[in-house]
Amino acid sequence: MAKSWREWMKPLVELEELIAKLKVAATKETEPSEQEGILRQVEQFEKRRDNIVDLMFSRLGPWEEVLLARADPRPYTLDYIGAICSEFIELDGDRRYGADHAIVCGPTTIDGRPIIVVGHQKGRNIQERTFRNFAMAKPEGYRKAIRMFQLAERFRMPVLTFIDTPAADPGIESESRGISEAIAASMLEMFKLTVPVVSVVIGEGGSGGAIGIAAANRVLMQEHAVYSVIPPEGCAAILWRDAAKGPQAAAALKVTSKSALELGLVDEILPEPKGSAYRNPLEAAETVKEGILRSLNELDRLSPSQIKAHRYDRFRSMGFIA
Amino acid sequence: MRPDHTAASRFVQCLNCKKTLFVADFQSNLKVCPFCGHHHRLTSSERIAWTFDEGSFQETDTGLQSGDPLQFPDYKPKHEAAQAKTGTDDSVICGHAKLFDNPVSVAVSDFNFMGGSMGSVAGEKITRTLERGCDERCPVVIFCASGGARMQEGLLSLMQMAKTTAAVERCQAEGIPFISVFTDPTMAGVLASYASVADVILAEPKSLVGFAGSRVSKQAQVSKAPDDFQTAEWVLRCGMLDKIVERRDMRTTLGNLVNLFGSHLRVNEVKVG
Repeated sequence: MAKSWREWMKPLVELEELIAKLKVAATKETEPSEQEGILRQVEQFEKRRDNIVDLMFSRLGPWEEVLLARADPRPYTLDYIGAICSEFIELDGDRRYGADHAIVCGPTTIDGRPIIVVGHQKGRNIQERTFRNFAMAKPEGYRKAIRMFQLAERFRMPVLTFIDTPAADPGIESESRGISEAIAASMLEMFKLTVPVVSVVIGEGGSGGAIGIAAANRVLMQEHAVYSVIPPEGCAAILWRDAAKGPQAAAALKVTSKSALELGLVDEILPEPKGSAYRNPLEAAETVKEGILRSLNELDRLSPSQIKAHRYDRFRSMGFIA
Repeated sequence: MRPDHTAASRFVQCLNCKKTLFVADFQSNLKVCPFCGHHHRLTSSERIAWTFDEGSFQETDTGLQSGDPLQFPDYKPKHEAAQAKTGTDDSVICGHAKLFDNPVSVAVSDFNFMGGSMGSVAGEKITRTLERGCDERCPVVIFCASGGARMQEGLLSLMQMAKTTAAVERCQAEGIPFISVFTDPTMAGVLASYASVADVILAEPKSLVGFAGSRVSKQAQVSKAPDDFQTAEWVLRCGMLDKIVERRDMRTTLGNLVNLFGSHLRVNEVKVG
């Protein structure tokens, strides 16, 4: 089985590169009949591409969903903020130790309404990934998030969080500065809020790192996002002493949006464009925006104390007891 | 656990210094090695018997059975084997107890049960223990011993982190003291939820306390880990817990804390009564 999105998508990526090249060639061609020939070829290849997409997406297994959720071109938190929010002002300070770029946050508006947004941020190239620490937040990131939650409460702004992290940072320094406490305290702060909180899982919902900013009134999940108690490779390493059995673990852990909805742990699945979000980021963003606004409108009917109780009850009911 | 006196079971070996000990001495020393001071892991019944007022513990919430919601490979047989081994329904036992006559709501996790992992049942019992503290206006004491969230229940286990933390928030809002005790080991999903947001955090000496398995965190960093990385002593130096307490002093320390932080609850009781 493919280990990465790139490997799995190789036939599709190559075909798309070919189509792009042919399109360029067509624009450069001056002879009308030749040009027509090239365009006819493009059409054929596009048809074949659509068939491949249909075929690949008609039988996605849990592991393919993991690869899709991790795909580099998938829209990230800042892409969504750019597409659906305006006047975003990023705020960096945790006022404790340092700046953590694995989590971005600040005030913004959605549909003209002031909110606080908090989300994990991945990077697309080596420099960005290093800068973002692969979206693995350190204690500083969660403490910065706590500050944002406090601002939201003080100024009566709803909170929107985007979930997209492989896990919280597992390094020695993060341990020494209390990564566990930071995650727990972040959840605790969310449970204090009397303003509405909506979370959207847009990529990898990676264990404690994810739930640390996902204690929300409404949790939405994109169709091809995953949400898991442990990364599949980690689970395979512990249970079967073989990290290469990630695909089996992904199936056993039931990491897909469909499973999360069936278990009642997310409230809604946000459908993605054909071939997943990156193939039409604007359409994906529009669906995400509609989902967020729908959730906020529903939560607007509740009083501040009801909002807090609603969040408590939402998580209180979770668990499967025979 | 009452020692029998057949020759084979008269001795045990300390897991740390490997010295041979009389079972009777070992038990009467609360399973702490008299030579090296190593605190051996306890079953939940030993923990309860050696911590709370004699005969005061009344178990509640029994009979909660974990389902197998994901049909996870080998979960059922592993879970049944753990039940047979420990004689308990799941990794956590909870109920009412008294500490020097003060009522407390308590939960104790047992590492012998699937690594003390927190699935739906453990999360539910921890939550009920915290809620019981609120409902009955008494302090909450929880002994942690866990490798983290239970993988076999997938995302349901992750949600127990949020559920238990929400219950801690309720305790804080209602002025109910919550003391958590890290015993060997207290890791991952348990450490990163209710356990770390207690009002007071105690730990037994040398307990393993950490977020990531030590191999993961050492791999993740170029810098060398200190020799005592992820021990209670190291975590104390980092400022992430309040006090390391030897097992023989645990009952008294907890009793004093409950007495001090719970005094306002007793004042109210008198006024109301």
